[in-house]
Amino acid sequence: MSAILDFIGVGFIVALVKALVVFAALLLTTILVVWFERKVIADMQSRVGPSRWGPFGLLQTLADGIKLFFKEDFRPQGADKWAYALAPVLAMVPAILGFAVVPVGGVLGFGDTKVGLVGSDLNVGILYFLAMGSLNVYGIVLAGWASGSKYPLLGGIRSTAQLISYETSLGLSLVPIALVAGSLSTVQIVQAQAGTVGNVTFFDGIPILEQVSSLFKFIPNWFIWSQWPAFAIFFISGIAETNRAPFDLPEAESELVAGYHTEYSGIRFALFFLGEYVHVVLISAMAVTLFFGGWDGPIFPFLSWLWPLIWFTLKTIAFVYLFVWLRATMPRLRYDRLMWLGWKRLIPAALLWIMVTAVVNTAGIDRGVRLAVFGALFLLVLGFVIRGDPRQKTAVSPQRRVSSGTA
Amino acid sequence: MAALAQEILFWALAVMMGIAAIGVVTSRNVVHAALYLVGTLMGAAALYILLLAEFVAWVQVLVYVGAIVVLMLFGLMLTRAPIGRANFDNDQRLMSALTALAVFGVTSYIMVRAFEGQTIDLTRETGTLTSSIGEVIFSTYVLPFEVVSVLLLAALVGAVVIARRD
Repeated sequence: MSAILDFIGVGFIVALVKALVVFAALLLTTILVVWFERKVIADMQSRVGPSRWGPFGLLQTLADGIKLFFKEDFRPQGADKWAYALAPVLAMVPAILGFAVVPVGGVLGFGDTKVGLVGSDLNVGILYFLAMGSLNVYGIVLAGWASGSKYPLLGGIRSTAQLISYETSLGLSLVPIALVAGSLSTVQIVQAQAGTVGNVTFFDGIPILEQVSSLFKFIPNWFIWSQWPAFAIFFISGIAETNRAPFDLPEAESELVAGYHTEYSGIRFALFFLGEYVHVVLISAMAVTLFFGGWDGPIFPFLSWLWPLIWFTLKTIAFVYLFVWLRATMPRLRYDRLMWLGWKRLIPAALLWIMVTAVVNTAGIDRGVRLAVFGALFLLVLGFVIRGDPRQKTAVSPQRRVSSGTA
Repeated sequence: MAALAQEILFWALAVMMGIAAIGVVTSRNVVHAALYLVGTLMGAAALYILLLAEFVAWVQVLVYVGAIVVLMLFGLMLTRAPIGRANFDNDQRLMSALTALAVFGVTSYIMVRAFEGQTIDLTRETGTLTSSIGEVIFSTYVLPFEVVSVLLLAALVGAVVIARRD
């Protein structure tokens, strides 16, 4: 036994166990998140929501899953056999793989073996997260094409354009984080947010800002305080990446009869949903990791290893709630408005914010210059984001609107 | 031990990439050809990981698999992507075979000349690799880097000019 252990290595077994635990936890989480979403939306609409099966209707999703499992697995006659089978898997796998770089706690010790509570501490963790996000497109684009049907094809084309556009701003919004943390590793980014803000020297000598900043010494040193524009861009792009309302154009029920998964049924349909909900949890977990200190939080003496996990879970649930809240309250964007927001607002704002962060964090530049640049660019970014609506400025001819609506 | 595992993985990946590369040119369906191309490019990314070049590997996935092939698929769907078989052959088989052989020959010759006999230390620390790539790009190779970005910008502007009708 120990000879075999030596051959494959303890590290390999630890990695395998971690992968299995994360996978099982994600399946369980998906069941709970679907239930959570239905309950929260029901509450916002003054309904009861699922209540029949299990306590508080907790087992409703399980029942739905079993129902989907036993449904007829239907394939349209004109479908492409292999791509049709591959698409649901490709929609789910990248979202699950993305969790490999999400740190949920510090380091645990089992005897001499130290186990970090993260799938893998890649030194290019952010890049890995973005790469997995970019693979997410394949499931949707293949499903749309392989179904051999008009509505899924339209949904597939729409969503490819949407995902490519918002991937760009998602990637750009993480550059300032890498700049301030000085690392692309998610574990080191969480460590850079440890402790409290302490003495902020940046505003020293400026009458009001100095007093105001000294009042907030006790708050945790999370990146959200200095990087909130990056967070806004990250979260908006993240919602678009998960195809959730108000960016759920790929699956618009009223116009596309559900879009790319119209022709799917049974367990394959369930895989698309699994992928979407895992992606929602992934974006929430990454928002917590990069902007809200990850597993950082007060640790009490009893069960000290459990507290980071609890803080991480609570913060993530808060973001999942935000996703559900947005779905319950926001109307869907029109297609040309979606492209306008992505290309003409989020991407330029992200580029400007990278410049602001770079200038403010360069030690060699005089502090007065840094402050002036910070103020000027800050106002510029703010003005840029909230600048008016294009409909009020230029009258768009009907012809033009049609052509921009399909491309 | 680690070297043996690396050899086994290398050959497994090489065979997979070879099969996928043949699939790209022999596939009768243009979307299937694009999917085979994804297989080849992912194999290349895996080879980079075997050489401990994590940064290059994930950039490969992000740029080639996640952006370029997706854009190709997008273009195919906007123009024509028939389900089922289609005939993509033309009468330039001989010419393209010769071109492919010539490119293969020149590339292999240059790579053998440049890297012959070099070995990679599998035990080296990879933690500082990303920052050293950044330092090299933005100091020693800053001029080629900027030239490439101007070239890409020109291509981008050109594409917009060609695509705009009004």
